[in-house]
Amino acid sequence: MTETTARPEISVPTMGLVLLVGVSGSGKSTFGRRHFKPTEVISSDFCRALVADDETDQAATPDAFDVLNYIVGTRLRRGLLTVVDATNVQGPARASLIKLAKEHDVLVDAIVLDVPESVAVERNRQRPEREFGPQVVARQQRDLRRSLGRMRKEGFRRVHVLRGVEEIENVSLSRERPWNDRRDLHGPFDIIGDVHGCASELRTLLDTLGWSITCDAAGHAVDASHPEGRTAVFVGDLVDRGPDTPGVLRLVMGMVASGAALCVSGNHEAKLVRAMKGAKVQVKHGLAESLEQLAGEPEDFRASARAFMDGLISHFVLDDGRLVVAHAGLKEAYHGRSSGRVRSFALYGDTTGETDDYGLPVRYPWAREYRGRATVVYGHTPVLEPEWINNTICLDTGVVFGGHLTALRYPTREIVTVPAEREWYAPARPLVGVVDREPTAFSIDDVIGTRWLTTTTAGRVKIPEENAAAALEVMSRFAVDPRWLIYLPPTMAPAQTSKRPGFLEHPEQAFGEYAATGVTEVVCEEKHMGSRAIAVIARDEIAAEKRFGAADGTTGVVYTRTGRSFFPDGGALVDRVRTAVAPLFEELDTDWLALDCELLPWSAKAMSLIRDQYASVGAAAREALPAAAGVIDAAAARGLDVTALGDRVMRRAANAEAYRHAYAAYVRPTEGLSGVTLAPFQILAAEGRPLAVTESHRWHLETIGRLTDPLIAHTRHRFVDLSSEEQKADAIQWWLDLTGSGGEGMVVKPLVAAGRSQPGLKVRGREYLRIIYGPDYTDSLDVLRERALGRKRNLALREHGLGLEALTRFVAGEPLWGVHQMAFAVLALESEPVDQRL
Amino acid sequence: MFLTLTTTHQPATDLGYLLYKHPDRVQEFKQSFGTATVFYPEATDERCTAALLLEIDPVRLARSAGRITPDFSLAQYVNDRSYAASSLLGVALADVFSTARSGRCDTRQEVADSAIPLEIVIPVLPCRGGPKTAHRIFEPLGWQVSATPVALDERFPEWGASRYVKLTLTGTVRLADALNQLHVLLPVMDESKHYWQGTDEVDKLLRSGEGWLARHPERELIARRYLGRRSALTRTALTRLAELGDDVEDALEPAEEEEIAQPAERRESLNVQRHEAVLSTLLDLRAKSVIDLGCGPGQFLTKLVREPSFTRVAGVDVSSRSLEIAARRLRLDQLGERQASRIHLFQGALTYEDARLGGFDAAVLMEVVEHIDPPRLAALERVVFGTARPGAVLVTTPNVEYNANYEGLTGMRHPDHRFEWSRQEFESWAGRVAAVHGYTAQFRGIGDVDPERGTPTQMAVFLRD
Repeated sequence: MTETTARPEISVPTMGLVLLVGVSGSGKSTFGRRHFKPTEVISSDFCRALVADDETDQAATPDAFDVLNYIVGTRLRRGLLTVVDATNVQGPARASLIKLAKEHDVLVDAIVLDVPESVAVERNRQRPEREFGPQVVARQQRDLRRSLGRMRKEGFRRVHVLRGVEEIENVSLSRERPWNDRRDLHGPFDIIGDVHGCASELRTLLDTLGWSITCDAAGHAVDASHPEGRTAVFVGDLVDRGPDTPGVLRLVMGMVASGAALCVSGNHEAKLVRAMKGAKVQVKHGLAESLEQLAGEPEDFRASARAFMDGLISHFVLDDGRLVVAHAGLKEAYHGRSSGRVRSFALYGDTTGETDDYGLPVRYPWAREYRGRATVVYGHTPVLEPEWINNTICLDTGVVFGGHLTALRYPTREIVTVPAEREWYAPARPLVGVVDREPTAFSIDDVIGTRWLTTTTAGRVKIPEENAAAALEVMSRFAVDPRWLIYLPPTMAPAQTSKRPGFLEHPEQAFGEYAATGVTEVVCEEKHMGSRAIAVIARDEIAAEKRFGAADGTTGVVYTRTGRSFFPDGGALVDRVRTAVAPLFEELDTDWLALDCELLPWSAKAMSLIRDQYASVGAAAREALPAAAGVIDAAAARGLDVTALGDRVMRRAANAEAYRHAYAAYVRPTEGLSGVTLAPFQILAAEGRPLAVTESHRWHLETIGRLTDPLIAHTRHRFVDLSSEEQKADAIQWWLDLTGSGGEGMVVKPLVAAGRSQPGLKVRGREYLRIIYGPDYTDSLDVLRERALGRKRNLALREHGLGLEALTRFVAGEPLWGVHQMAFAVLALESEPVDQRL
Repeated sequence: MFLTLTTTHQPATDLGYLLYKHPDRVQEFKQSFGTATVFYPEATDERCTAALLLEIDPVRLARSAGRITPDFSLAQYVNDRSYAASSLLGVALADVFSTARSGRCDTRQEVADSAIPLEIVIPVLPCRGGPKTAHRIFEPLGWQVSATPVALDERFPEWGASRYVKLTLTGTVRLADALNQLHVLLPVMDESKHYWQGTDEVDKLLRSGEGWLARHPERELIARRYLGRRSALTRTALTRLAELGDDVEDALEPAEEEEIAQPAERRESLNVQRHEAVLSTLLDLRAKSVIDLGCGPGQFLTKLVREPSFTRVAGVDVSSRSLEIAARRLRLDQLGERQASRIHLFQGALTYEDARLGGFDAAVLMEVVEHIDPPRLAALERVVFGTARPGAVLVTTPNVEYNANYEGLTGMRHPDHRFEWSRQEFESWAGRVAAVHGYTAQFRGIGDVDPERGTPTQMAVFLRD
């Protein structure tokens, strides 16, 4: 207990709970206003008023405290300092708040405002809403007296007692950062895995990392420094099992003392300290070696080593919260928190209470569920190779068992290892690869419900709950394995509606729009009339397993814009595509590729749609209109005036013929894969390179243009300088020729992605649009020109941003759930009600 | 879009009186969805033909009145309404010839009351079920029927016939009856989705069907088709996705029946047996809380809910539409608070880990696994057996060996099945899953036993070690 006297100064934790304790009229609210933000203070009076419209209604107290607890709990979960302004003079009232703080693993302080009873009574008398008499204050005062003695045992970090009006007035209050909060340190860091007494390997590793080691007169390594000012961070388990625990301790203690290193406690340090303090512990798992080696050291070294290990904290939060280091890892809710269970998690991991066949504790795979933004680095469980799981990594590569000693360079994420000089200690169980990895099952919470996703190119994108629900069904019933689904293509908006007679869409609007947004050069790409296809292809099974975690022999997928596999047996197509794009693996130095393509012909995938919808309408027209014309002719022959009717029917017949011609152009016989071609128009990504983000369309088309396999259909295109009227006119003529001979149209894209302008605009041909808007649409252009494009354009931008985000994340090796979330969001937005004809 | 009505009654021009439309005039009638024109291509004493031609502008309709039109397909610009004799033609016909349809004719009442020789030609009639259906529907009414299929596309003969027929009806029938029959039967023949606005459609049907519908051998089919699509099926976000993936909407309609490739009697009895087998196993296990994973529209849930020994019943499905149907079937909104609190329905996918799936004594996976792509089964195993870890898991799935007993069955029992397992395949899968996740599996057959091929359905009961 801090008994403060003349110049009172107290400190409270930056994150945690503070209880103001004092009788009614002791000045708690005034104190709260003076030292805290208004939102930081939650008073019981306020909550009583919330639930009863009367802050003195004592009958509402239980409900008021329910509300208070809820608010306090929510704030603590969110990591905010919270002050409870209630009398808190009774033990049970304090106990429930202390419990709340423990539940959120934060520290709790009490500030007691102890004023003479007469002062409190007088203050209450001046406040008309306080109708209770002096006996209430007297009772509270008795409670407070009784409490003062006990409070220190109730679980407070500190109890600050301020005695008298003057001390309460004069006190200065500061905020104290928890020890684990080192957000102020930005590295760069060299994070070093479990050393376990392997002093020689540690020196080698530091040497490899460029550290220079300082030795004392006896030749012991006692400190190290890095010329680039790097900071070492040890994940704990410096001791036990290995040949030279004192040597490791001496070096690390020196580095920590000189500020060159940070170190968290491992479970082995904790147990060694207990043993050194004389506690009864089981001497196994290499503890005997440490005790024996330390016995040979001077007493003062033993004492300082014991003090050092005893003072190690459970974890550090570093680099503005972007990096967390804990011996056995730490789930997000515990980052920066302080409690027994946080320490236990950090030291021992999330154990299930069971033991495995080797008698070792079974650990709950917390990393698999980890969704935090902070990178978590830890050790504790020896693995063969360090591997990223959801932005967490284990650096214990079992050097003492004859494995390696590993360091992670942060922020570059480079892994540096040195081999063990020998097996120093026989492992209880053989080292295995990462056992937690199985990202095929994401959490439902990754995708359902309304959510806001942050993207680089499209800002924050809202995914409404009902869209996510629709996407969940399609994704889970029809989509390919999400490990391969690293991208879904965005929708594309048409150019603004043309006013030109006879046209609904025309290239001049696309050129005009881009020129207006400052784009100087665009590419016009022929729009293939087929089915959008995304091909994700690994070079071989090894690459498939390494990069996509596919251990079932799958080496790639080709999927539709809703994530479905193209053919029942997709494997043949994947093999065929792999052969066709083989030169790109060399050229781009990658063992996998993602390509954005159109699969041709349209009929290969959409045959049932063509037959059931398009051809049906055509058949009805072809039969009905001539029959109607015949009847009308007969009526005309009788002298009836049916000329206008007849003209209308004839015109409709001509439109219907044009319509029938339009869809038939996209029908080609195919048999399995024979007759199928693929027109890639963008290389989305390759190892280490989100090419869709980084490269111009010129690069994409040129690179793809060099492929010569007959499977590949090339995309006719031309580049247009938007300041050249001649080039624009040529491009328009090119479009007219293309669409006049059955082409769907073209896509106009800025050569390099430009700000928030549309990534592409489609300009569809006059005849093609008959299968979109109906055979007779050309007779209703006035109505159709009123089409609203805003929603579609907005959607195109957002989906494009989400798709690129998915790719970028995948390329950067970010957790797969984050990639999936983005791809899933594209599908969810695709269920937005926009005019499907756009 | 049009039909002709011809009589050889003498004098044939009486048709003009009967229809209240002068044979020498061309008359237009505005309809909410277009313009109907009546004219006579021939009008002699021997033979008189009236033509009713309906012109529809789908673009204008879809953009202006698309939402409130009685015909759903008009919401799409590309549709056959401009060409085919749709339900809209039936509506126009009823309106334009309303007096004739009532059987009243002030000038020729005796003709209106008598059966006269008639020939009705509909050049393009959408005909669900093909020419056979046209015969079944019209022949019992005394018509001689000629229904010729219309080719889908003459340039692609391999595509075969379209859904349309050219229909010619010849017979001696009272004109009012003929018109009423067309009014009712055009929408019945029509394949497209037709949602009526009014709630008085039953009355209308009975009125129009007076004198002929009650005796019609296909009256149930007619009534069902005529009324059956009244439900205001709103376009959900889901169907938009379906279109986009070039899917058929039907693929997303909740499947009430698992073995749709089977004749009704057989699949009903198998369904019942399956439900009974799973239910009695759950009771034997003394499970208190049960979760039906992939509950669909809730047939089995109703059985679970009826069993008081289950204190907690949950249903999960990936389809929100299925869950809506299940909620209706269970009358969730009408149950008392206590009853309702036993039941929990929620959307979830079995390939996503989900805390809500945990904490049950038993989980049922009835005819579910075969709807999951084989590469995704590992995710389901992990979610159900690894994470949710109920005390018992009951899995049923078809036994593919038994398919040989189904006459005419080619392929799988349901179009959405991704695989069907033999007994050995099922047992080896279940054995592996049990070993990996700490369960023991026992196997049972459900349904009639074939000594060689086993039972149509196979079940594995997994018990947690």
